[in-house]
Amino acid sequence: MTTTDPYAGERLKLSPFYPRQEVLNIREAWSAWNGYKFAEYYYDAEYEYFCVRNQCATYDITPMQKYEIRGRDAEVMLNRMVTRDVTKIGIDKVAYCVWCTDEGRMIDDGTIFKLADDRFMLTCGSPCTAWLAKSAFGFDDVTITDVTDDLAALSLQGPTSCAVLKNMGLHGIDTAKPFNIMHFPFHGESLMVSRTGFTGDLGYELWIPPELGLKLWDELYAAGEDYGIQPYGEAATNMARLEAAFIMPAMEFNEALRTVNFEHDQTPFELSLGWLVDFDKPHFSGRSALLKEKQRGPKYTLTKLDIEGNRPAEGSYIYGNKQCTKEIGYVTSAMWSPAVKANIALAMIMTDQLDNKMWAEIYYEKELRQYSRIAACTRKKKPFWAPSRARATPPPDC
Amino acid sequence: MPCWRTMASVRHKKNNGRYKNLDRYDSIIIGGGHNGLVCATYLAKSGQRVLLLEASESVGGLGASREFHPGFHASIAHSVSHFSKRVTDDLNLRSHAYVPGANPLPTVGLGIDREHIIFDQGTLRGVSADDAESFKNYSRLMHRLADVLHPFWLKTMPRIGSSNFTDLMTFGHLGLNLRRIGKKDMLEFLRVASLPARDLMDEYFDDETLKATLSWDGLIGAKMAPRSPNSAVLAMLYRMAEISRGEHSIPGGGVNGLITALSQAAVAAGATIRCAAPVERIRLAASSDGLQANGVQLTDGEIIAADRIVSATDPQRTFLNLVGVENLDIGFTNRIRRLRCSGYVAKLHLALNSLPEFTGLAQANGRMIIAPKMDSIEFAYDAAKYGESAENPVMEIVLPSVHDASLAPAGQHVLSAHVMYVPHELKGGWTDAARERICESSIDTIARYAPGIREQIIHQEFLTPADLERCYRVTGGHWHHTEFAMDQMLMMRPTYEAAQYSTPIPGLYLCGAGSHPGGDITGAPGHNAAREILR
Repeated sequence: MTTTDPYAGERLKLSPFYPRQEVLNIREAWSAWNGYKFAEYYYDAEYEYFCVRNQCATYDITPMQKYEIRGRDAEVMLNRMVTRDVTKIGIDKVAYCVWCTDEGRMIDDGTIFKLADDRFMLTCGSPCTAWLAKSAFGFDDVTITDVTDDLAALSLQGPTSCAVLKNMGLHGIDTAKPFNIMHFPFHGESLMVSRTGFTGDLGYELWIPPELGLKLWDELYAAGEDYGIQPYGEAATNMARLEAAFIMPAMEFNEALRTVNFEHDQTPFELSLGWLVDFDKPHFSGRSALLKEKQRGPKYTLTKLDIEGNRPAEGSYIYGNKQCTKEIGYVTSAMWSPAVKANIALAMIMTDQLDNKMWAEIYYEKELRQYSRIAACTRKKKPFWAPSRARATPPPDC
Repeated sequence: MPCWRTMASVRHKKNNGRYKNLDRYDSIIIGGGHNGLVCATYLAKSGQRVLLLEASESVGGLGASREFHPGFHASIAHSVSHFSKRVTDDLNLRSHAYVPGANPLPTVGLGIDREHIIFDQGTLRGVSADDAESFKNYSRLMHRLADVLHPFWLKTMPRIGSSNFTDLMTFGHLGLNLRRIGKKDMLEFLRVASLPARDLMDEYFDDETLKATLSWDGLIGAKMAPRSPNSAVLAMLYRMAEISRGEHSIPGGGVNGLITALSQAAVAAGATIRCAAPVERIRLAASSDGLQANGVQLTDGEIIAADRIVSATDPQRTFLNLVGVENLDIGFTNRIRRLRCSGYVAKLHLALNSLPEFTGLAQANGRMIIAPKMDSIEFAYDAAKYGESAENPVMEIVLPSVHDASLAPAGQHVLSAHVMYVPHELKGGWTDAARERICESSIDTIARYAPGIREQIIHQEFLTPADLERCYRVTGGHWHHTEFAMDQMLMMRPTYEAAQYSTPIPGLYLCGAGSHPGGDITGAPGHNAAREILR
């Protein structure tokens, strides 16, 4: 007997990779991302993190929002929307971008894939349809299509990722430089592979029509068996990205269009993303506000901190004195980094206090009892984790 | 209005076939409507080198006279009610043969099977004693309130959040003015300022025709009917602000007489006026500071350089067509896109072989309003707001040739009527047949009051808002370039970041009806913009 599901339409969507993930998710640790059922972790977050750092692992990025932007005016439309110069992106290249409100507050970050002179793909963490529609108004020849459900995507990250792809038969993948795109025939369709990722390590993202998703998964896992391939979830991603000092929405920044309180959103300069703002471009949305921000200097600056001890400074305030009376900032993300063997954090620090000494007031729990300690912080200029293999072409051991 | 073509400018033919004008102007004004002319004159008087570019063959925009049939002339605007006295004096318009209308036009509420209501020079005839008494109280209040607002129509509106001294003073001045009229009137102002016209009229009067006639000036030109909440009362106060107290008159030579005086004043001040010079694009220079307006490109490719561009054309046309969205921020662009710019007033011109006779009306020398009831206006609006044209249109009729014989051949006459409500976008689109239908029903309506009129017609012309848009290059065919409504007035007109005549693009200014204080023939936006530019 069949009954009608009263919640049909409300249930989480299943990724094309779900049949395999379901088997592997032995902890049933599911969460949701953009309406997709999504693994928080499969077996153990730290284990998955070590797979990413020492072998290779796959992360389902199908729920990431993907927009195809086509037409004669696609480039000029995108170029006005984002702060980077889109005209400098070559065909089959990817660029990391941010886009802002008129006031220069960051709406979201994402990547632009240039697939042809008149065809781009924009990916981002949150739905962006309304802003894209506003951005496209007034251009004669731009078509924007949400292709999120029409394109399965799997991220393969880690030191053995190139070798796995090569083993799978993607000849020449070792020649792909960071942010390059290559296309391979795959069962009558095209498999797009970009050398991109969110772990700061060697890695690739694979883009395929959803009906070929399981075939891709199976071939990848067959090719990767001897290379330690494993799935990883959101928790391990968050660890890896923090080591790479990549920003996360709702952690480092609050999306401007979802921000209610005045200036509780951020500018790219506050997020240390000033390098993405190209003032050589005569115009882009938010330019004059951002120019003012640049000249005035951001109020806060996202800063990388190495904190003494081993207690993660989650949610800590940062002070300019050891007595903790002079508050100068707050921690946005923190963890003990196994790869770096350091107690790391990202923190928003008042820009004029950056050169001062800093202390974090860390609260932690030990068997139900609360403790606190005051730990000195050292400002780091470089990402905590940036292995040379992430940039090498061809990558080592491939 | 004839045009002065510049002969002085030096031109060089470039290799690419484009003309490059080597002359550089201090200011280029885009659009030769009356506000463009006013702004050009102020700037030229200050010593600037000014070029005014008008797309059509003559200046004047909706105030320009056109021969719509051999020997018969009419302009879209057929009377003047609150042209700024200060502009008249500053620009010495009288010395340029401007003759303000000496006698205000009587306002006539045409009635059927009843006495017409005639309001003439402060006296009201054709209504009950009660209504006549109420009218005194009503007028007193409205005049008091109009006086409160009067100083602000010629002021630049303050920026919200600004701590600039002038901005704070303007806020303070408004507060002080409100305080000065006394607590009761102040509270009354706050109460009635956004009332629907209907509520205000119901409060004072019984006579339906009187109510409809009096609310007319709060509604005409807007997408509003008596029951619409918002700013009918404010619109009325706006129109009452000048010394004429909202009474309409026809200047010597018709509205075009004013236009002629304005053009002469502009030329006398040293401005160059070029007609048939449609601008295709506002040119922007890029530097590390961003974009800066530095010239225009005409449709024939000619490029003219200037230190600043002042646009008298409507905000949507200025930003979306002439600047281009790629040069604007996304939020700002979408606020401009969302401006309500659909006109709802059509224009009827009749060439008549003799003076029409309106039953029971001794002289057809006034502003005759056909709106027998408040609901006549409301129902006409109901049809239009759903994209249909009103079955029983309401209208304002003037016979300009009664006041200026030169507008028609001897003994013959021009009938000019603003017909409401006629949508800019008719359901199914405008066709000749659709235009014909609403034209005929307008004439039928007039014939109910002037039974012989059909036999007197030599020629008829009906211009829908879509026609006005095409012929006069004004978005939506909207009289005021963009709706005169709470969310689009004062420091919100046309939208924030462009409400003080400057725009997000350095070197680009607005000076047309889409800027504070708004539409109608006032000269105020042109005056205010010039003051900001010269500040």
